[in-house]
Amino acid sequence: MKKFHFYNSLTEVELLGIKAKNLEELLDGIKIVPESSIYHHTHKFLHQHFFLSPEPPSDFAFWVSNILKEYRLGEKLASINIIQFHNLNELRNGLIGIIEDHLKDEQPLVNCPPSNDFHFMGCKSFLLPTGDVASDLKEFKEILKRLSVNSLCFHIFEAKIRLERKENDFSVWFRLLGKEELADRISTLDPYTYTLEGLRKKILSLVERYG
Amino acid sequence: MDKFKIEDYEKIVGKSVIEEIYLLADKLKGKSIQNINSTTVGGGVAEILNKIVPILNQIGVDAGWDVIKGDEKFFSITKKMHNALHSVQVEISDEELKYFLDVNRFNAEEMNLYGDVIFIHDPQPIALIEKKKEIGKKWVWRCHIDFSKPDKRIWMFLKDYIEKYNSSVFSAPAFSKKLSIRQVLISPSIDPLSDKNKELSEDFIDSIFEKYKIDRERPVITQISRFDYLKDPIGVIKAYRLAKKYVDCQLVLAGGGATDDPEGKEVLEKIRTEAESDKDIFILFLPPASNLEINALQRGSDIILQKSLKEGFGLTVTESLWKAKPVIASAVGGITLQITHKYSGILTYSIEGTAFWIKQLLSEPEYAHKLGLNGKENVKNKFLITRHIEDYLLLFLSLYNENDIIYL
Repeated sequence: MKKFHFYNSLTEVELLGIKAKNLEELLDGIKIVPESSIYHHTHKFLHQHFFLSPEPPSDFAFWVSNILKEYRLGEKLASINIIQFHNLNELRNGLIGIIEDHLKDEQPLVNCPPSNDFHFMGCKSFLLPTGDVASDLKEFKEILKRLSVNSLCFHIFEAKIRLERKENDFSVWFRLLGKEELADRISTLDPYTYTLEGLRKKILSLVERYG
Repeated sequence: MDKFKIEDYEKIVGKSVIEEIYLLADKLKGKSIQNINSTTVGGGVAEILNKIVPILNQIGVDAGWDVIKGDEKFFSITKKMHNALHSVQVEISDEELKYFLDVNRFNAEEMNLYGDVIFIHDPQPIALIEKKKEIGKKWVWRCHIDFSKPDKRIWMFLKDYIEKYNSSVFSAPAFSKKLSIRQVLISPSIDPLSDKNKELSEDFIDSIFEKYKIDRERPVITQISRFDYLKDPIGVIKAYRLAKKYVDCQLVLAGGGATDDPEGKEVLEKIRTEAESDKDIFILFLPPASNLEINALQRGSDIILQKSLKEGFGLTVTESLWKAKPVIASAVGGITLQITHKYSGILTYSIEGTAFWIKQLLSEPEYAHKLGLNGKENVKNKFLITRHIEDYLLLFLSLYNENDIIYL
């Protein structure tokens, strides 16, 4: 039986030297930055706010709402259903579509206050085995209880959208174990609606129930 | 300076972080890292190298540290450059720039450039890169200073050299520029085991508050900073006064500064005049090496303010967040990297906004407590010395791995 090897993802943040002071520049940036930048700006908050906020993570939404004070657009960007996208290019196009729709209204462009530009960043991921290996669901649960949030993030979010695996790593392994319903339950879960601690608890409860 | 081992941090960051650091260090086996800057003492760069280089060696990374030689003239030129990079108007002649290069070239010939990775800190030794053509190796330039609005001429002069490096490192996104080489973000960090940040007993905190006759039974809001207009101490007093109409509180303004600095003296006088005879305002001019007292004042306060008008990174904010304190700070400089408004602290733009949030947080201590916990967690993940070491290891590894996803 194939064992599940847990990985951790460590991130090196790159500065791209590209910045935006208004929506048009933000749109231009989103169109040209590498995919690692789209990933960084839509997933960075996961690591930052796992304790307090289950809000969908997006630097773009945060900047548009809190700096440009374009609340309607900010809300739309924050509400983008990331789980529906299979890769970062699709997500990029989704973001572009929302901003272009908004710009069609031809409202005058508002510039951000000085020193509040949006700075595009990218990221390089270093994947390290955590040394934890599960042979069965019992071992899986024990490891999941103490797994770092970075590792949880990697297997649920990064593996799917950045490495373009068809679904999250846990569901892939559950199918190998013949646990189709458990795999489906976790696969259809929208992980972006949970805090990371909430997500850990939810997965544990699903493993308990359908494992 | 206290020297700590990486294991000393395990109780703070957890076993997995220490294991990760060892794993990364192991991947650098066979590579040597040579740090080069311009001084072994004084200033933030020397302080961080004094801490990090011994730890790198302890975890098995062959790390060295060398210093370039320069005379008074050289350092007066580099001081002018430093000011120019901070948008201060200064005159630097072509002859001075030539002298700067001559000293760098002299050092390049004299020094043993033994590292597989040559890690140059700040502008002083930047032109050593001319040696790359001859000796190869991986070269990284680490900029520790605020680079957001550099003098154009000096920037263009330095840019020619920066672009010869393999990678560059900046402390904040706002310092990034359009460059032909990779730019990596590595934020500064604090040492949670240092006197300024380590855990303190309640008794010790009480003793410091008693020493200054500050009542711990009533709310205390505190700003720790130099007495400097850019830290807006008068604005702090005004915000406190607006809030105090509705919530009882005391204000502590504590910090140091050179006594022979005429501006510092003037600011201190103005604050004292502004504070008038308010017995609930405590102005504490602390001598250097008051790290334990500052730590106690931060830990014993209900709210920490940092109402700066300009700020580099704002390490006093990092220190306060690390103590799980609710922080109300101006949305300037590196503070916006550390606080996400209403999640891990409060960002404000005015005296009125600051007063509003003082009232809110004193009235809603549970929410204030959550902000503090989130702020601490954020610092734990992003601004501790262990993260700094991890970032350096990733930086060195990335010199040998070009892909976006790297399996180690």
